[in-house]
Amino acid sequence: MSLKHAQEYRDPVIARRLADRIAAASRRPIRLMEVCGTHTMSIFRHGIRSLLPETITLLSGPGCPVCVTAQSDIDAFIALARKPEVIVATFGDLMRVPGTESSLQLERAAGADIRIVYSTFDALTIAAEHPDKKIVFMGVGFETTAPTIAASLSAARDMGRKNFFVFSAHKLVPPALEALMNFPGVALDGFILPGHVSVILGEDGYRSFFERFSVPCVITGFEPVDILQGIFRLAMQVESGTPALENAYPRAVTAEGNQKARQLMDAVFEPADAVWRGLGTIAQSGLKIRATYADFDAARHFDLALPEPVEPKGCACGDILTGAKTPPECALFKTVCTPMDPVGPCMVSSEGTCAAYYRYTE
Amino acid sequence: MCLAIPSKIVQKSGNLAVIDVDGVRRDANLMLLEDAEVGDWVIVHAGFAIHKIDEKSALETISFLREAAEFSERQP
Repeated sequence: MSLKHAQEYRDPVIARRLADRIAAASRRPIRLMEVCGTHTMSIFRHGIRSLLPETITLLSGPGCPVCVTAQSDIDAFIALARKPEVIVATFGDLMRVPGTESSLQLERAAGADIRIVYSTFDALTIAAEHPDKKIVFMGVGFETTAPTIAASLSAARDMGRKNFFVFSAHKLVPPALEALMNFPGVALDGFILPGHVSVILGEDGYRSFFERFSVPCVITGFEPVDILQGIFRLAMQVESGTPALENAYPRAVTAEGNQKARQLMDAVFEPADAVWRGLGTIAQSGLKIRATYADFDAARHFDLALPEPVEPKGCACGDILTGAKTPPECALFKTVCTPMDPVGPCMVSSEGTCAAYYRYTE
Repeated sequence: MCLAIPSKIVQKSGNLAVIDVDGVRRDANLMLLEDAEVGDWVIVHAGFAIHKIDEKSALETISFLREAAEFSERQP
């Protein structure tokens, strides 16, 4: 296999034929939701919407990790950054997310030591280089990212590292799917299930959700041919009246998923109730650090005085994350809120729905 | 942000690997994989290889799709 092979999943002839088959198969109007920010970006970048018949509406769900992070968690990150003994390590897309009073970017400008890292192990390296400081990693992400954070905590314990902490704001996808199905005013006919969350969870990770709701679900890859194939399979399920849980990304996703990653994640984290922007509190939808790793848990170690969380006035991120609104329906979109000067997280993150609309639509 | 394109392992030392991502070399951690060797294609997320691509399955899917495309091409 070569990279040329990956290119084949961008083959315009196959893509066009798949689009034709979707148009021929799809009779009744359906609303499909992708719950992965990388799908959102890929759908825009490759102009997938323009290939689809009018019967198919694509909605972007709560699939951007930064976007779904609660205002209170953003405020906690900022409070941590303000502590003089702390070096904050974070993935870059959190920097500009506005909290109630500030953002990590503003804190850095004001002198806080905040480092953008590519992997949690980079944060561990910083901890080794600065034994006099406390390094706190901002744990944001879904089942794809959580095992990587777990790996770093496991390694930190093996190394006997005493100055490395994680603030866990991780989220789990299947409980969010369930919440969306029960959310007032959200009517969905099918889910384009995330690619790399599914690498970890496997097809089996959605089994109990599917059995409870019988809604069409297709695990889908990120290239245009993958996405069109996922949509085609969803349309076929709707038309035939036979919902199924299907895997249209078998080169990356197995039935059982990555068991080693899940074992490590389970050793370090346990499910806990979590607050999502837009969706509110969802039972057992987050991950907190287990008592056995309490020494590395920033939420336990630091005393944080947080402001009463206030979300940006007029920002429709919450409605956008549930598919209740599209970005152009937000009064701030493109007027007050732009990628250069974002009001809410859906415009900040490169994979946020508002950022995607801003970049790729007229 | 998920990196959609696969990376190739070009060097390996214990749990650490050097990967080639479309011509760019980066480090990747192999702690989350059962087995991975030089020459394998992997999916990498936040500095960790999380899956070894099933080459057979990748080729099967694309040839199935290509056949389906050619088939519909022949339809009137």
